[in-house]
Amino acid sequence: MTQNALRRLPLVASALVALAATPAFGQSRNARPSLSGIWQALNTANWDLQAHSAEPGPAPMLGALVAVPPGPGFVVGGEIPYLPAALAQREANRKNRWTDDPEIKCFMPGVPRASYLPYPFQIVQGTDTIMMTYEFADAVRIINLKDPGEAPADSWMGWSVGRWDGDTLVVDVTAQRDDTWLDRSGNYHSNALHVVERYTLRSPDVLLYEATIEDPNVFSRPWTIRMPLYRRLDENAQLMEFKCIPFAEPVLYDRIGAEPSGN
Amino acid sequence: MQKHTSWLSGPRQTPVTRAVTAALLGLALAAAAHAQQAVTPTSLAARDWKVPRLADGKPDLQGIWTNRTITPFERPADLADKEFFTREEAEAYVTRTLQRNNRDNRTDDVNDVLSAYNAFWWDSGTSLLPSLRTSIVVDPPNGRIPPLTPARSAALAAQRAAVQERCQRPGCAVANSGTPAPADEPEALDLMTRCISFGTVVPMLPTAYNNNYQIVQTEGMLAINTEMVHQVRRIPTDGKPHLPSNVRQWFGDPRGHWEGDTLVVETTNFKGEFFGRMTAADENLRVVERFTRVAPDVLLYQFTVDDPTAWTAPWSGEIPLTRTDGLLYEYACHEGNRGMENILRAARKEVRETGAR
Repeated sequence: MTQNALRRLPLVASALVALAATPAFGQSRNARPSLSGIWQALNTANWDLQAHSAEPGPAPMLGALVAVPPGPGFVVGGEIPYLPAALAQREANRKNRWTDDPEIKCFMPGVPRASYLPYPFQIVQGTDTIMMTYEFADAVRIINLKDPGEAPADSWMGWSVGRWDGDTLVVDVTAQRDDTWLDRSGNYHSNALHVVERYTLRSPDVLLYEATIEDPNVFSRPWTIRMPLYRRLDENAQLMEFKCIPFAEPVLYDRIGAEPSGN
Repeated sequence: MQKHTSWLSGPRQTPVTRAVTAALLGLALAAAAHAQQAVTPTSLAARDWKVPRLADGKPDLQGIWTNRTITPFERPADLADKEFFTREEAEAYVTRTLQRNNRDNRTDDVNDVLSAYNAFWWDSGTSLLPSLRTSIVVDPPNGRIPPLTPARSAALAAQRAAVQERCQRPGCAVANSGTPAPADEPEALDLMTRCISFGTVVPMLPTAYNNNYQIVQTEGMLAINTEMVHQVRRIPTDGKPHLPSNVRQWFGDPRGHWEGDTLVVETTNFKGEFFGRMTAADENLRVVERFTRVAPDVLLYQFTVDDPTAWTAPWSGEIPLTRTDGLLYEYACHEGNRGMENILRAARKEVRETGAR
């Protein structure tokens, strides 16, 4: 060995140690997988969680621009197990979907819908808390890994408590208001909704998303949706500001006080 | 660290005496407080304290922090060039301010609606900033923000005149801007009434309530959730360049980098419409913020506002953020904006009934 090579030995050794300590893909240094990053669904779940054909959209003059794209379905087992009365409500919702969908109004989307909106969302995985921040409607939720106790009140994005099940992040979501829908087809829930989400890295850039949905006021049994979420790999990927309030104001407020006999 | 100790060290007092002063003042205020506990830093525990770090070696800024305070934003005229309160002055100021905030504001006219809030409804806290500074603004040294440029001043005056002229006719309301403004179309109303901005995000300035911020941090990214209307700033610290300059956002485009143990955040690409303290700014605004952990429960927050087409000079402020034990709750403002509906309904009714706009 030359003297130079000898001098390099400690460097090589420390490089090897560093290599050994370098986490495998998605592993953060505290041995939990790191889910941090920008993710997005690449499917039509937000149009309809169940299998559906292509359909015309609400504005024929816009041609193919707002037609409803088809989807093979994202519900495990195919059907959402509605109670009979709730199914009638879902049909009513669907009939009025071009006016009643809370997405039109720029309302926070609730869980699980936030996860498969056609907008990216970002996971920032901190030490005791994980922040999930969504481009749509500036929605955000904090997932506490230390149990924060019971929710003080119902909210639009609910109350999220997280835990690790091996390499899967499991999030228990309660205390959601009944104002949100599950998709643009009128699939809905009551404020008895209980969602258990499971986030599992399948590969560095694919996050398997599963949500089990339980709501005894609306469904006859718990049911599950499943889909991959994909990492946004664009070099300049970032969540941008999509403040949709100004876009929703005409829909929400144009008719307010316009009726001559109104007050 | 050394250069950041000013948050505790007023003139003629060592950091430790200042800390004791602040703690004693906090205790006195807590005893006097009616609705809430005064927040004070546990500064005495800081002697052996080292900045906690994440695995990447960067200081750990995570936690829930509050900037609530009754310290004035600008130095009141009667305090002239006094940069710090003495302990006695601070106590007198606190007592006076709390009494003023907590009076019964009821009247028998329309002001009953506009000013019905007393201290019960506010969450500005019951204490001054632990530095005992007389203002949040620290530069210029007189604690007051510099004059507007002549052009900006003229533009804002023209806007005000146009609104005043319009409001000679029916369909205006005071809403949250403090002065009458057209109220029959949503986009004419102020950003707070529309639930778009309460002016608390960048720079992070305290207001009447919801003065809480949660920081979550991971390698290359730090997110700040502002409790007031759940506005999240996602701050990359990985050297990513700013968005192209034609892209404009209400809350700008933040980029962070570390200077030693201080996180420095530069925000540009503003849309140029603001609410509150920043109303005079335009799209050329550039805000530089510095976050430094200086004690177990204190995150020093310093900011510089630079907008050469709005103000004649840059100006800076400083707020030691205090750790709080509570949790952040969702403030869904837009989703329940009945105030907006009622303001529009009243203004439109007035316009319809008088046939004049």
